Amino acid sequence: MSNAHLDSAVLATLQDVMESEYPVLLDTFLADSEERVRLLKQACQAAEADMLRQAAHSFKGSCSNMGATLLAELCRELEDLARREQLAQAPVLIESIEREFAIIGILFRAERQRLG
Amino acid sequence: MPKRLTILIAEDSPVDRMLLSTIVARQGHRVLTAADGMQAVALFEQERPQLVLMDALMPVMDGFEAARRIKQLAGDELVPIIFLTSLTENQALVGCLEAGGDDFIAKPYNPIILEAKIQAMHRLRRLQATVLAQRDLIARRNQQLLDEHRAAKAIFDKVAHAGCLNAPNIRYRQSPRALFNGDLLLAAQAPAGQMFVLLGDFTGHGLPAAIGAMPLAETFYGMAAKGHSSTDILREMNAKLKQILPVEMFCCATLLDINPLQGTLRVWNGGLPDGYLIGANGQRTPLGSRHLPLGILSAAAFDDEFEHFPLAVGDRLLLLSDGVIESRNTHDELFGERRLLALLDANSDPARLFDEIEQALLAFHGQVQDDLSLIEVSLDETLAGAPLSVPLVAHRSRPIDWSAHFELRAESLRNGNPLPLLLQLLLQVNPLRPRAGAIYTVLGELYANALEHGVLGLDSALKCDAEGFQRYYELRRERLQALAEGHIRLELSIKTHDGGGCLRIAISDSGAGFDVAHALQLQRCDQCLSGRGLHLVRQLTDGFDWQADGRGLGVEFGWAAEA
Repeated sequence: MSNAHLDSAVLATLQDVMESEYPVLLDTFLADSEERVRLLKQACQAAEADMLRQAAHSFKGSCSNMGATLLAELCRELEDLARREQLAQAPVLIESIEREFAIIGILFRAERQRLG
Repeated sequence: MPKRLTILIAEDSPVDRMLLSTIVARQGHRVLTAADGMQAVALFEQERPQLVLMDALMPVMDGFEAARRIKQLAGDELVPIIFLTSLTENQALVGCLEAGGDDFIAKPYNPIILEAKIQAMHRLRRLQATVLAQRDLIARRNQQLLDEHRAAKAIFDKVAHAGCLNAPNIRYRQSPRALFNGDLLLAAQAPAGQMFVLLGDFTGHGLPAAIGAMPLAETFYGMAAKGHSSTDILREMNAKLKQILPVEMFCCATLLDINPLQGTLRVWNGGLPDGYLIGANGQRTPLGSRHLPLGILSAAAFDDEFEHFPLAVGDRLLLLSDGVIESRNTHDELFGERRLLALLDANSDPARLFDEIEQALLAFHGQVQDDLSLIEVSLDETLAGAPLSVPLVAHRSRPIDWSAHFELRAESLRNGNPLPLLLQLLLQVNPLRPRAGAIYTVLGELYANALEHGVLGLDSALKCDAEGFQRYYELRRERLQALAEGHIRLELSIKTHDGGGCLRIAISDSGAGFDVAHALQLQRCDQCLSGRGLHLVRQLTDGFDWQADGRGLGVEFGWAAEA
């Protein structure tokens, strides 16, 4: 499973490291990420630039650990915006993040199915 | 070899935490996890993990603050903190290090790099632990060494005691640690009234130097108390050191034999810097090294020749170890002989000289130095005063009636000194013990008189100036060396009676004899220390008589029976 959304090398390593815990890791990521996307939207609506920057930064770390390359890149852009306090463009970017996360969700659930 | 460690992971993201703990646990380590900085600090206190993986940005308490607190709790122990970061700004990375971070690892985590970093940090930990253990060991060893030095110094002080260093006419400056710098300062009052002063400087430092000092001090004090001459003491000290010291060790030393009764100074300097004889008028005579240090030459090759100088009340003697002139200050400048001589030249009041030297040394170094010794002996009336007495022993006196005759002929006059033996003999007589000093002084005077003026025919009028003084002692040595005929007879008789007892000492010699009454007349000279001998003999004894031909003298010491 390799495409612009996911780095297959990272996933291979994760599977190797986690062994039987690998599906649990995928579930944890999906559950945690829903919470993080919600935090991004909340910070954006409250116009809390610093909170937004931290949430984006943190989400970026998790995404890059999970090989979600594109999602990590979008989070980095959001972190940059928040640092520069250009919150006007944030809602558009957050929408892109939600879309990308939806794709990752589909891919990860497929991965789980594949593993049984 | 990889080692199992307890590792604390502080990370707020459950995915990263899970991933990291799995990686770390699979590498064989025990894992503790915390979701924020506060939990991390609490877990650290509770479990004392050996290493921390710390996320920088966390709720409640961030990684920077948690790192600071953990480093503080860890104290001396190195608890490496590796920051987990996707931070890219330099400033944030610097912040991690400033908070006490030891390394970074970037997301996404690479298990191989992570394990390599953990092991590297563990090596650092071991290194730090080794350094700490060695630091503690060195501190313990140093304490042990200081304790040993203290114990050794206490033993040394018992062997060497202070001698008469505390006499009012002596001033000295010596660090309590001087013994372990090889410096040795001894002073003893001999039974006949001389004062012996020895300044020694052993090569080397520490215990070996101190160990060499023990027999030296014991010989010095033991022989001085028994009335041995400075020559005998010097020879014995050299022989003892030669026997015990390893080849590369020796002892530079100056021995002063100060005889206020005769107004003479005998000096032997082997390897120490010049000492000085400073007159009341400021005139300065260097007492330079003429010999190899003690402990190098065998008894047969050893040169025990002293230099002789006249002494007068008001004279000062100054001795110093090479620590004084060879010391360097913090700018690596040498104090040097030049500075010392300038001080001596500039001095206008000899009584202030000692203070001036001390102040100059302190000013030069900015602090008190451990490795220099300085002593000043001034010739005052107290030194020229009454000789010491010897304590009584606890046995009762019995009736006594004996006499002993000794005749010393040329060979023995040249090489021997019968006085210590005679003194030991007389000290067996309890009632004489309180007057041992006086008896020894009188014996010494009578013997010196018989030998120098009688047997050797020397004229004490020669000793009127410093040059004559040297000449006198040269002649004494030459004539003694060439002596083929001649004798001194000594007769000691002791008799007790109901009311007490009496010691009579008679001495005669083979010389031409002298006009005793005339000599007594001549010697009435107050300032001059030289030639006070016969007066002193008369003062110290209870009877003084002489033969008409001037070749024999007799003295008596009487005592009353115990109550």
